[in-house]
Amino acid sequence: MRKILLQRLLQAVLMAWSVGTLTFVITRSLPGDMAYKIAAGRYGDDAVSTSAANAVAEELGLHRSAFEHYVSWMTDLASLDLGTSLVTGAPIVVELQNQLSYTLVLAGLAILVSALIAFPLGIYSGIRSARKSENSPKSRASLFDKTALAFSTFVRSQPVFCLGLILIFIFALELNWLPVAGSSGFVYTILPVMTLGLSLAAISNRVIRNSTVSAVQSGYFHFAKIKGLSAFEAFKCHAFPNIVTPALAFMGIQLIGLIEGVIMIESLFAWPGIGHGLSHAVFARDITMLQGTALLMGILFVLVNTLVDLSQYALDPRVRENRGYSQ
Amino acid sequence: MNTFAISVEKVIGISLLTLLLLLALGEPVLLGTNGNQQNLKQVLEAPSAQHWLGTDQFGRDMLARISEGLRISLSLAALSVLSSSIIGMLTGVIAAWCRGWVDTTLNFIANTILALPGLVLILLFAALVPGSFIMLYLAISLVLSVEYFRLVRAITLPVVTGPALENSALMGFPKRYLFIMHIWPPIRQDVLSLAAFGASSSIIAMASVGFVYVGLKPPSPELGLMIVELFPYYHEAPWLLAQPIFALFVLVLGFHLLSAKSDKTPRLNKFIFESSSRLSKSNVMERKL
Repeated sequence: MRKILLQRLLQAVLMAWSVGTLTFVITRSLPGDMAYKIAAGRYGDDAVSTSAANAVAEELGLHRSAFEHYVSWMTDLASLDLGTSLVTGAPIVVELQNQLSYTLVLAGLAILVSALIAFPLGIYSGIRSARKSENSPKSRASLFDKTALAFSTFVRSQPVFCLGLILIFIFALELNWLPVAGSSGFVYTILPVMTLGLSLAAISNRVIRNSTVSAVQSGYFHFAKIKGLSAFEAFKCHAFPNIVTPALAFMGIQLIGLIEGVIMIESLFAWPGIGHGLSHAVFARDITMLQGTALLMGILFVLVNTLVDLSQYALDPRVRENRGYSQ
Repeated sequence: MNTFAISVEKVIGISLLTLLLLLALGEPVLLGTNGNQQNLKQVLEAPSAQHWLGTDQFGRDMLARISEGLRISLSLAALSVLSSSIIGMLTGVIAAWCRGWVDTTLNFIANTILALPGLVLILLFAALVPGSFIMLYLAISLVLSVEYFRLVRAITLPVVTGPALENSALMGFPKRYLFIMHIWPPIRQDVLSLAAFGASSSIIAMASVGFVYVGLKPPSPELGLMIVELFPYYHEAPWLLAQPIFALFVLVLGFHLLSAKSDKTPRLNKFIFESSSRLSKSNVMERKL
């Protein structure tokens, strides 16, 4: 348990260091005069003068040497001082707080939706295809299983923003049921959450299906039935735990997809979360904002991975017994 | 096991990709329309004999633009897969072979890169030099080569410590021979699968970055960028917007089918699965028992 947490903490520190260094490198190597660019972002292209640029350079300490700058950059980062946005001038921490709540709502609902789709779909198609192959070994997949596979392949074969666009065309532009983009109310959450949830479910339902097939065809499951348990009891006590743990573990890798999906979906639906902030910061060259959002994305990533690890620890006795495990 | 047996999925994938490749390479040879030639008298036209796929909001020929978009995506995919597979395989084999501090260092670097979601890293690189193909290529290759590194290292490690390779080494065979005879065969399938998979993810990454408007800059007909640019004209000309989306879809589908984890290549799946579950050690122990 402590080992898991320590490992994840190390990952978080590594991540913070690499984000800090990368953003630092970006600030130092931006083409053109950094101070002019920031001043232009703040006051508009026409209002930039040499004195404004000099004031900005003074304020941000752009005249100092690279090493000196790097050390102070890192100490600021270590004390969680993320500075102020170069464009709006507001403290990054405040901006991130606003954005974080939006992102957490989106990500949480998306995980929920994907679980609600993937588990029933995966388990059902797994049972169906296992039964089908028992009865007639030649035809491997049932019709339901094939449909689920086709659906998953269709969803996975496009970037998540294309899926979002298709949903926008259908439900917002043609049927006029839902708003295209925005964030003021529950109706606005439906399309982004559905897009993200579907894209996550497209992969995890196949994983759940595969572990269902192997659990249902396993010796221990047959034994449970032979010793007199009802089909439901046997499934609940012997198959289900063996389906959930690998599926949860797989969802851990998918979280990369979740984080990347959040960036795309928030930009597509104008959802004012961290991903939206990140892509805008790249566009506007708002370096401190870029650092803050990238850092928060990374922290979210590590955090959810930790949660997955801990749930493995809680659910899987093999992980608990195997105390000395490490990479 | 017959390694030359090709599944149906792969055949479909290869044919889809061949069609796209023909479109990408054939158009400039046969028609040679300039995709940047504007004609404001003929904007948002439906497909006709003159413009097979219609024209966009500036009257540019869509067929030429789609074809050039495909060339951009395919060349990015080919370049990043090629360089990332070489770098990833080299470092992976070196890490497994040398172990010790070399392995530790390489692992540290890989973990540092992996600590950040790939797209965030690519966006950070895109911020470095906006609108640059080279930067996107470098960032995507970096992310992909870590995947290669982890895969190759994980499979090579037991081979290197195994008795077969040790015997060959004791008999004095050169390292090149050892690699070809002992290391390449077990990693071959997975390296090829990962290549197709990496191609699709690099295409998706470039389109995503283009879509949030921080990738290649107009007038470049990059597929993701084209989708954003044509989006406002959805009501006037939905068929135009459908084209880049469809091209992207077929492209990614083709590579996905090519990398399809059929029964013949289960290891990639298993590898991704185990390494994240952090159960790897307990699974390994089970197998030993």
